[in-house]
Amino acid sequence: MTKSELIEKVSEKVKNFATKDVEIIVNSVFDSMSEGLAKGERIEVRGFGSFKVKERGARKGRNPKTGEAIDVLAKKVPFFKVGKELKEMMNK
Amino acid sequence: MTKAEIVENIFEKVGFMKKDVGEVVDLVFETIKDALASGEQVKLSGFGTFTVKQKRPRRGRNPQTGGDITITARKVLSFKSSHIMRDNMNRK
Repeated sequence: MTKSELIEKVSEKVKNFATKDVEIIVNSVFDSMSEGLAKGERIEVRGFGSFKVKERGARKGRNPKTGEAIDVLAKKVPFFKVGKELKEMMNK
Repeated sequence: MTKAEIVENIFEKVGFMKKDVGEVVDLVFETIKDALASGEQVKLSGFGTFTVKQKRPRRGRNPQTGGDITITARKVLSFKSSHIMRDNMNRK
């Protein structure tokens, strides 16, 4: 399922909004979550899961093609943990 | 950030009725959950991709008693964040 298919499916279920408006809301949901994560915030959606930011320290890496040593800078990566309800739904 | 705060953020930006925004946001997560529960992959461009992975049963150990146990086959959810999101998180 892609984002546009998600928008279609949600539109079929709501009465008060045109597809165009659902599209605005769906985009806002994920923009808002991305912005929160960019600020280092933890996001929790009950029954779905939670997102948090993990810090990865700087390390020495290697260019796998040339074998040359390179410095990999410290960075932040998003991390997702599935919620209990969704985990159970997947394993029913 | 919780689902209520996501709804609040969207409400401030778009000016639809808060109750209606809340209903759409709930439907967004319910629709994603249903797709994942049926084993479907969910791709949200600019955000990331959720993929259901099948795990085979394997032998494990009860860390408390040291006894052998079988970890049953199960489905797990993996999230790969979009590079757009990772770039946003690491912009200085």
